[in-house]
Amino acid sequence: MGGAAETFYGVIRRQGITRRSFHKFCSLTATSLGLGPLAASQIANALETKPRVPVIWMHGLECTCCSESFIRSAHPLVKDVVLSMISLDYDALIMAAAGHQAEAILEEIRAKYKGEYVLAVEGNSPLNEGGMFCIDGGKPFVEKLRAMAEDSMAIIAWGTCASWGCVQAAKPNPTGATPIDKVITNKPIIKVPGCPPIAEVMTALVTFITTFGKLPELDRQGRPKMFYSQRIHDKCYRRPHFDAGQFVEGWDDESARKGYCLYKMGCKGPTTYNACSTVRWNGGVSFPIQSGHGCFGCSEDGFWDKGSFYDRLTTIRQFGIEANADQIGMAAAGAVGLAVAAHAAVTAAKRLTRKPGRVAQEQ
Amino acid sequence: MLDKSPQALTAAVAADAVRSGLSAERGVVYVYEAPVRLWHWINAAAILVLGLTGYFIGSAIPTMPGETSDNFLFGYIRFAHFSAGYVLTLGFLFRIYWAFMGNPHAKQIFYVPLWRKSYWREVWHEIRWYAFVAAEPKKYVAHNPLAQLAMFFMFTLAIAFMIVSGFALYAQGTGNDSWQYKLFGWVFSIWPNSQDVHTWHHLGLWMIVTFALIHIYTAVREDIVSRQSIVSSIISGEREFRD
Repeated sequence: MGGAAETFYGVIRRQGITRRSFHKFCSLTATSLGLGPLAASQIANALETKPRVPVIWMHGLECTCCSESFIRSAHPLVKDVVLSMISLDYDALIMAAAGHQAEAILEEIRAKYKGEYVLAVEGNSPLNEGGMFCIDGGKPFVEKLRAMAEDSMAIIAWGTCASWGCVQAAKPNPTGATPIDKVITNKPIIKVPGCPPIAEVMTALVTFITTFGKLPELDRQGRPKMFYSQRIHDKCYRRPHFDAGQFVEGWDDESARKGYCLYKMGCKGPTTYNACSTVRWNGGVSFPIQSGHGCFGCSEDGFWDKGSFYDRLTTIRQFGIEANADQIGMAAAGAVGLAVAAHAAVTAAKRLTRKPGRVAQEQ
Repeated sequence: MLDKSPQALTAAVAADAVRSGLSAERGVVYVYEAPVRLWHWINAAAILVLGLTGYFIGSAIPTMPGETSDNFLFGYIRFAHFSAGYVLTLGFLFRIYWAFMGNPHAKQIFYVPLWRKSYWREVWHEIRWYAFVAAEPKKYVAHNPLAQLAMFFMFTLAIAFMIVSGFALYAQGTGNDSWQYKLFGWVFSIWPNSQDVHTWHHLGLWMIVTFALIHIYTAVREDIVSRQSIVSSIISGEREFRD
């Protein structure tokens, strides 16, 4: 911890990592960022010459799965390098310091690197009851978040909690859990949704920011385009079965054994923006669909509140009903159909019972 | 057209005929011009295709047997949906153009004179007519006020919503660099999770199904009960008053 003036390369070598391994890491990172072959040497050059960017990593209302994912970044090198690459000055989960000593670091970084440090936030802040549902260092977490965000360069919102709210913000959201971009509105915020985000996505993003000294290009939702511009569905290896119309219809049917498309089993791949079907998990070993389970859209807004993970159509809960669009639509169309039939019957009855004399009178 | 006496109607019909430059013999008025009629039937066909394929996209078809490389059924269903979507959209754009170029009746489905008191009185009369309270319907050259209300909210607005949400969903497939995303990507600022756009688009299908039910029923019913041509009017373009 500390010593932010040192270069990444200095730290890496001090930790006994060979120059060969260092270059391997640079190449892998350049590849995973989708950059050309020359980028590897640019990354190497930047890491050798630039001072490390101080990072404050804070934990709000969350489950720490983002950190768990982060430290399992696949390439063996990354788990050694990345934690030293950034100058991770404060992270309550893995830092040696504790108590007042730890809290003092926050103030120190804030004063020393005003407007230069990156604030990485895992989890979000509950706002109900004055933020009393998440107390950190004797104060509501939201106060700490606001204070540290004030002097930061940019904020990384790790995971679905920080990006969208996730499970603690699911209905009825008793603690008033609120995503970071609704609390901090005057700083650039990068959303890295996922529950958790893919380890390589996290490390690549940190590498990008430290290498180029700027934030990556973001999409409409504030997510880095390089990882979140396509859906799981667009690059899914089961996509040919979708186009052919070959679907799994039960978890133990023949189609499931053949590895057909999980669309009818409620797979949310067609509506989920993430890199799972390309980068995959655990060093590219697999991802949910490859393991035979549909995607449940963990990197999407409010994915807990859309009904069962195993339903194709979203459950709608309005006006005390609980049904999907087809059930509501069929009920409405059915009711109107019945009304039309009844109306037609009354019309016919009226015409048949109408006295001939009255028609003549009207004429 | 507030007065329902035959004389007043004849006068109204004649006045309308003078406006559209056509004869008012036998109480016949030229209402729906050829482009409107053509659009109506192309639009109806597109909606039929969109409704059927859309239903199967939402609630997928039974699984196909055989080799994957021999099948492309779901791909064809989606292709038909997207193609019919383009037909519907281009037709709708043409229909907006025609609202300005065509006769005064061509504008009717694009607005509702909610601010006009007499309009509400006439809507109320139509409701009484459909509730079997009023003995006789009023005669209108084009849509009656209640029909205009239904047309505007259940058809014009619903179709506009389906076009916008449909192109936004289509943009998910064509990608973030596509013109579809540039034009319609803002939909995802309203619903960040595109799953919600799917749900609303799906509810829109049922809105249009419901509209079609009412539309066809009332057209046939008024043709018989109101003593004026409705169904044949969208083929010939002429509204005939039978008494």
